[in-house]
Amino acid sequence: MAISVKVMRRPDREVSYLRATLKGMALTFSHVFRRKVTMQYPEQTEQEGFWSLSPRWRGTHRMLTDEQGRAKCVACGLCPQICPANCIKLIPGEDEEGNRYPLIYEIDEFRCVFCGYCQEVCPEEAIHVGVHYENAEYERERFVYDLERLCAQTHPVSTLWDPSDPKGE
Amino acid sequence: MSPELKGLLLVASLKVLGLFVALLVGVIMVVWVERRGSALLQDRLGPNRVGPLGLLQNVADGLKNFIKEEVVPHEADKILFQLAPLLSFIPAFLMFAVIPYAAPLPGFDITLPVLGRFVYEGPVAMVVADLPVGFLFIIAFSSLAVYGITLAGWAANSKYALLGGLRASAQMISYELAIGLSLVVVLLLAGNVSLGEVIAFQQRTTWFVFAATIAYMTFHIGAFAETNRLPFDLPEAEAELVAGYHAEYSAMKYAIYPLSEYAALITMSAFIATLFFGGWDIPFTRWDEQVATAWSAEAVVRFALTNLAFLLKTFFFIWVFVWVRWTLPRFRYDQLMFLGWKVLLPLSLVYIVIMATAVLLLERAGVPHTGRYGLWLFLVNVPLVVALVWGLDRRRVLAGTVRRVRVEA
Repeated sequence: MAISVKVMRRPDREVSYLRATLKGMALTFSHVFRRKVTMQYPEQTEQEGFWSLSPRWRGTHRMLTDEQGRAKCVACGLCPQICPANCIKLIPGEDEEGNRYPLIYEIDEFRCVFCGYCQEVCPEEAIHVGVHYENAEYERERFVYDLERLCAQTHPVSTLWDPSDPKGE
Repeated sequence: MSPELKGLLLVASLKVLGLFVALLVGVIMVVWVERRGSALLQDRLGPNRVGPLGLLQNVADGLKNFIKEEVVPHEADKILFQLAPLLSFIPAFLMFAVIPYAAPLPGFDITLPVLGRFVYEGPVAMVVADLPVGFLFIIAFSSLAVYGITLAGWAANSKYALLGGLRASAQMISYELAIGLSLVVVLLLAGNVSLGEVIAFQQRTTWFVFAATIAYMTFHIGAFAETNRLPFDLPEAEAELVAGYHAEYSAMKYAIYPLSEYAALITMSAFIATLFFGGWDIPFTRWDEQVATAWSAEAVVRFALTNLAFLLKTFFFIWVFVWVRWTLPRFRYDQLMFLGWKVLLPLSLVYIVIMATAVLLLERAGVPHTGRYGLWLFLVNVPLVVALVWGLDRRRVLAGTVRRVRVEA
């Protein structure tokens, strides 16, 4: 049995190769004069307002500090506990007044998956993921950020999604 | 050595050297035009980092290709595999030799220190080789280019490369017919295959795009197929054949293929400009046709302006090639063959008969080869073009495959 194909009868203006070709050529040529979308990255950056990152962007970490310039971290151990990539190394210490503080606090940005759980779980709002992406280095060792370096970061911190305020209002 | 021989050698070597350098630089520039042009058509900027405006990007790519490793497949035919890139590179560069690129310069009689006296009698034609076989030479060498592609496909011993090579040979043979037949019309009009004569005839009458419009159309479509560019880039067809005939090539041997493709692109553009758009002719003036007998500022300016006219026309067609490539999708293979054999071939045959009749009648009527001759031919062409466009638009000439398949209810 022959297979039957239903052929649509369409008007010529819809199926004319010539018109379609000319229309396509005109369309592509009109794009020559349109605004280009290319961002010239090293010269134009987001700081200069050429584009913007989402406030929820999760990038390089930052440790916030108190008025005396000390890290807000109290070495509770929640962030290495929740970290799915196991990239946070924390050794807690205690001063003579019984305040806990991190003796060693290191984040391996190579292992990090930038999930932002550490920021979410932190009771002191100390560790944050940041709105930042320029973190290239020449040596692998440099990707392990110690406490001093985490505190020295200046980029804005990420605003995590709030379930009670889903649209960020 | 006599001063005449020395003069001849000087002219020949200067022309060859100049053209070769111009073509090599031109190829690099055309790759740049293609990349920046495609970027413009796609709302991008394209490569703009290496050198001013990114002009040196292709030099950098070429250098990279030179230092990369050459891989020859184990099962490849070693000799043909090495030979094939040359076979496609050389014809692409040879073709330009017969294309005149400017108004002739006057002859000279100069005496240089050490080297002695150089004499060149009469005007110096601005073409590397003013061959009497003219555009037959171009047809011959553009056909030779298919060997480079087919042999590359065969020698690589890879199924994709072989398919690409086979497609290339079938496609180029099919479209060479249309190209050859549309050139018959040019020959009918100009009465000569020499490109210098073709230009001179167009200067006397009118550009052949007006006097032989349908020949121009078939030629231009054929040129797309001859240069293996979209919408006829089936030999490469990366979606189907990886990279087609050059799938197994690496490093500089691979780079030779794009280079020769772009060289052929320049040549085809120059060829279209010469055959149908008056070559180096500047429209609306007869000043460019005067042949200078002595050196003067006017002769030099005439050379420069006619050369500029030629370059502008060529560049326009290069841009059309680029523009079409980034607009139209690839044909299916049966559509390609249908268009070549069942549309372009009969169309050019019928057109030859019509134009031959028109030329015969005009000769009988004793119309001199002036602008009036061109006007008569233009009037013959207008109804033909209108009919063709009407037929195309109404799907009488070209139709989707579904119209050609008999539907059994």
